[in-house]
Amino acid sequence: MTERIPSGTRDVLPDEMRELHALVERLRGVFDARGYGEVSTPTLEYEATLTRGDLGGATPAYRLFDEQGNVLVLRSDMTVPIARVAATRYAQAEPPLRFCYAAHTFRGVRIHQGQAREFLQAGIELLGAPAPAGTIEVLTVLCEALDASGLETYRIGLGDASAYPALLDALGVRPERRDPLLHELVTRDFVGLEREIHALGLPAADAELLLRMPQLRGGPEVLAELPPVMADAAAGLRLVLDGLPVSARERIIFDLGLARSLGYYTGAVFDVYDPALGVPIGGGGRYDELLGRFGRPMPAVGFALGVERLHMALAGEGQ
Amino acid sequence: MTDLTIAVPRGALLSGTLDVLDRLGVDTAEVRANDRKLLFPDAGIVTMRPSDVPTYVEAGAADLGIVGKDVLIEQDHRAVYELLDLGFGRCSMVLASVDGEDAAAEALRRLGVMRVATKYPRLAHRYFERTGRQAEIVEVKGSVELAPLTGMVDAIVDLTATGTTLRENGLVIREEIVECTARLIANPVAHKLKATAIDAVLETLRAG
Repeated sequence: MTERIPSGTRDVLPDEMRELHALVERLRGVFDARGYGEVSTPTLEYEATLTRGDLGGATPAYRLFDEQGNVLVLRSDMTVPIARVAATRYAQAEPPLRFCYAAHTFRGVRIHQGQAREFLQAGIELLGAPAPAGTIEVLTVLCEALDASGLETYRIGLGDASAYPALLDALGVRPERRDPLLHELVTRDFVGLEREIHALGLPAADAELLLRMPQLRGGPEVLAELPPVMADAAAGLRLVLDGLPVSARERIIFDLGLARSLGYYTGAVFDVYDPALGVPIGGGGRYDELLGRFGRPMPAVGFALGVERLHMALAGEGQ
Repeated sequence: MTDLTIAVPRGALLSGTLDVLDRLGVDTAEVRANDRKLLFPDAGIVTMRPSDVPTYVEAGAADLGIVGKDVLIEQDHRAVYELLDLGFGRCSMVLASVDGEDAAAEALRRLGVMRVATKYPRLAHRYFERTGRQAEIVEVKGSVELAPLTGMVDAIVDLTATGTTLRENGLVIREEIVECTARLIANPVAHKLKATAIDAVLETLRAG
């Protein structure tokens, strides 16, 4: 008889292991050269620690009790544990702090969807570096890491998590009426978004703006299309673009509708795309308020790449 | 017209879908003439069972897809963009039972739970949960109307356009759950990397 393993998990055999290992080494080489020190944190954390991070779509799925009855979770994310490390082990250290990791994380899955329950993430966190300089550094390292991996046709979607809320503020949409809109946005349903916007009863021009803004994506020209109330977001994104090396600049696609499922993002957010793969390879963004929840307020930014997805994209590009 | 690959559902939405593609300047003659072939690389069309459209689009095997809202509600976990309500293929998702005294209401009253057959178990489950009723969902793959006629279930949740099939089988609509029309969906990565082409499609379709 054949012993089974849980769906969404897998055994990695030597041929693949060799390639994954080489891939992680290339990423590590870039992180290390850029001064990001590698950390390892426990696979199990207290549930209360991880949920402090407002993980949204990445809420821990696997819980267990320890001997004292505490609830432990398999970590679903590396950013929150590293925020905890920074706040506790580096409580007095002078920022900026630079950390990197290559570690397995765990998320809940639906069966038969090809989703991974356990996956390898490699990424960096830059703590204590505000926008735009910190964002520019992290995006630069992201491009260097992807270049080092050998991926050729990747693009980076760049948006701002605060842009849509700012627009809602400016148009006077009350906080209690926003949830339906944000829900449609996160579930990528523009038909539903249009319905919810009409339900607000705004003037036609404002409604049009709310509907069109999250569908804006493309080169720097899309920033020029933003209304005056979004001048801050536009200027912030422009500063990031101008600060990037030319090679990285060419990879950027502005995407004003980018809504990552993690709840802790506050400013610039980004996703990594490659034509060889139908799903994003990784992403990241600014989380300027997360460290404060661990008692060490400072602005921060980081990214995580899905190593298995990166491997698939590399294999896809090679075909 | 474009370099986009489009997932096209065979079945009830096929002819409306091909009309939409004609407006986009896609050559659909070969698809219309050939109901066995699945892949039409020259036109950028892949044809499939309707419920498979979100699967192919989510995976990026197709950039765009056309699919009924019923399928999207049932598969609401799919990471695809829903871009446009195309307006055709209008149907209702309904709760129906055998004509006469409503067996489902009776079962709910006396037994506390009704048995409901459907091809849309997730949608049905959520509907009964939302309306505060206990229901035992029985998933069937086809001819849902048969299930209450044989006494296997008290009611069905199914899609109906004209109600003819329901009537012919002696079933009556008890509740309308949701209206469904054909929708244009997109793969999230294609939505970014092929933005110009996709926006051109949207503009043409919005212009009517």
